[in-house]
Amino acid sequence: MYRKKVMTTLAAAATLGMLMAGCANQAAPESSSSAGGGGSTAVNIPALTSIETPKDAVLPAGDGKATCAATTTLAYIGAETGANAQLGINIFNGVQLAIDQHNKANAGCQVQFKKFDTEGDPNKATGPVTQATKEAGIIGVVGLPFSGESKATGNIFEQQKLVHITPAATNPTLTDNGWTTFFRGLGNDAVQGPAAAKFITGKLGAKKVYLVQDDSDYGIGLGKTTSDGLGSALIGTDKVTTGQKDFSATISKIMNSKADAVFYSGYYAEGAPFDQQLVAKGFTGTFIGPDGLKDDQFIKQAGDASSNAFFTCPCIPGELIPTFESAYKAANNMEPGTYSIEGYDAATVLLAGIDAGNQDRAKLLSWVKSYDKDGLSKHYKWNDKGELQAPTVYGYKVENGKIVPIGAIGE
Amino acid sequence: MIPTLLTMLPADDSTWITFDIPSLMQNFWSATFDGLTFGSIYALVALGYTLVYGVLNLINFAHSEVFIMGCYGVFFTLSYLGFGPSAPNLSVGAIIANLLLALVVAICASALTAFLLERLAYRPLRKRNAPRLVFLITAIGASFTIQYTIFAVRGPNPEPALTMFKSNPIFEVFGTFIYDQQLIIVIAAVIMMVITERFISKSRTGRGIRAVAQDPDTATLMGVNKEKIIITTFVIGGILAGAAALFYVMKIPSGVQYNGGFILGIKAFAAAVLGGIGNVRGALLGGLLLGLIGNYGQILLGNSQWTDVVAFLVLVLVLLVRPEGILGTSLGRSKA
Repeated sequence: MYRKKVMTTLAAAATLGMLMAGCANQAAPESSSSAGGGGSTAVNIPALTSIETPKDAVLPAGDGKATCAATTTLAYIGAETGANAQLGINIFNGVQLAIDQHNKANAGCQVQFKKFDTEGDPNKATGPVTQATKEAGIIGVVGLPFSGESKATGNIFEQQKLVHITPAATNPTLTDNGWTTFFRGLGNDAVQGPAAAKFITGKLGAKKVYLVQDDSDYGIGLGKTTSDGLGSALIGTDKVTTGQKDFSATISKIMNSKADAVFYSGYYAEGAPFDQQLVAKGFTGTFIGPDGLKDDQFIKQAGDASSNAFFTCPCIPGELIPTFESAYKAANNMEPGTYSIEGYDAATVLLAGIDAGNQDRAKLLSWVKSYDKDGLSKHYKWNDKGELQAPTVYGYKVENGKIVPIGAIGE
Repeated sequence: MIPTLLTMLPADDSTWITFDIPSLMQNFWSATFDGLTFGSIYALVALGYTLVYGVLNLINFAHSEVFIMGCYGVFFTLSYLGFGPSAPNLSVGAIIANLLLALVVAICASALTAFLLERLAYRPLRKRNAPRLVFLITAIGASFTIQYTIFAVRGPNPEPALTMFKSNPIFEVFGTFIYDQQLIIVIAAVIMMVITERFISKSRTGRGIRAVAQDPDTATLMGVNKEKIIITTFVIGGILAGAAALFYVMKIPSGVQYNGGFILGIKAFAAAVLGGIGNVRGALLGGLLLGLIGNYGQILLGNSQWTDVVAFLVLVLVLLVRPEGILGTSLGRSKA
């Protein structure tokens, strides 16, 4: 009997609590709108509407007179599925477009295209890479997109002397392994980190920056170069893990630190829910993420919260290159995404090599090594480690639910 | 011992572990409230593990998929009702009505999944008197089957975010805001668990569940319909998982993903073991504790990689002292 009474009291108290919660919710609109106003103090940087493309850029079509064996194959190795699959899809759509344009123009040289799925996971990447290197027809590879998987598989490519151009992996140490088959088709995080730091404290005018990094090679590497660049503006660091969904502990630290900007060094699978939960807890500053966050998936998953987000990326806004944009859209029924143009350009470098008669692994490797021409996005010339000689970093922001470029940063 | 351990580990340029005690002091209360919120979700899912284990001595690894089906139930209902990434512009009453509808759908989705799971995967095995290990493998197989069926249909990316309402602070305790969302989740979860506890300890069906848990053969002799009790247990677990799904999506709007239940399922299972598997109150205690430990660990160590280490270290330590978990009694013997 006594027990029953306790239960009833408990239930009554609980119901009361629910009611209070409801009431508070009702009173919210006015207070929340004023809080939202506080958030819009962020600097307004206008969106970029066009970029210059090199006049004599090498295009996949070539001169149309190329001939090659029917077995000639290029491969994409990287994520097709997995949590960060979208970046992979952007890339191989770009590669596919380049190969289609090439094959259409060159009746005598029909290059085949094969895809191998790594799920973006370093532990799963060695299988597909080994498989690809064993296929004699494959003479060049675009990939792997992520730093962790690139690190895990670089040796396999090296042993089989198979040239590969990564369109997205940005961890600086990747080129320190003495690999002769590894080429990076974009700037690395030793360039991106300092550029991001300069962008945050300069153009975005942040005074107190909180840095959160994930546990991937990419997140750790970029976290380090960025925090070095931030110097005294950095007021705290926290580490999260890939696959994490609840960030409340990290967020309460950030709120207590009164940071006016948060830099998340990682991928959108965690970055998006993190930004969303941050804003839900009343954060009104800016949220900055690197190329791993710059994807429409970020906006989809972070929702409204994403309007506070800026991105840095060593990638070129392919959507502002009209010829590329229209061809990509026609083929894939969507706008080019992050790294689509890099995938396209990397494939173009390899295709140009095939067209010039470099149709085995050794010849194609030395072709890439001595390559010195413009691509649609930038000039491609690698140093002896496999780094591009003149990389650029772009800034992006979210405007009306879309990611738009705001120009080169860090210069 | 700890200093020896500390020197054993190779150190690169950065220290491998740091204890940020001032930060824990500063963030103690917000970590507590957040931990309790997530802990309530663990607890609701943990109940599903505990009940099935109590009755069948089976670790139903597919329970995480029962949960994720509930999440999809919430997602489809609320998307259909026009919810999206932006907070909806609706009156409080309308939001509550919509959420209740989503709750009902989620509960149905999860309960149905649990029901089908029992009918299609476990019952045929039971009829053939399959050994315990076969059940376990089947559970893991069922988990993967459901996971990758969702993957095949919905793809690798999480579903777009669904914001149910804009979370607002309502009052302040110990210098920390309590949010309406936290309060709703904790209170509703506790109410559901109290109801479950009452149901198991007082109702006729509940008595049947306890009887089957204690001694299935004798219970059958005494006129308890064992098969009916088993299916009821699965459905109750499903209902609670469905409710947990609504709260989970409320807290993590972009959490609806084919493998989104996997890690949460493991944590909930750990919570069930921590509190004492087979024990209804143990699931609540274990869930809340695991939520708290995880949050304190993250703040103290500043690194989520350690969070799980700390949580499972606590689990191991508790099990060393009390192998049956903190509250330790089985479902059959639970007195209420």
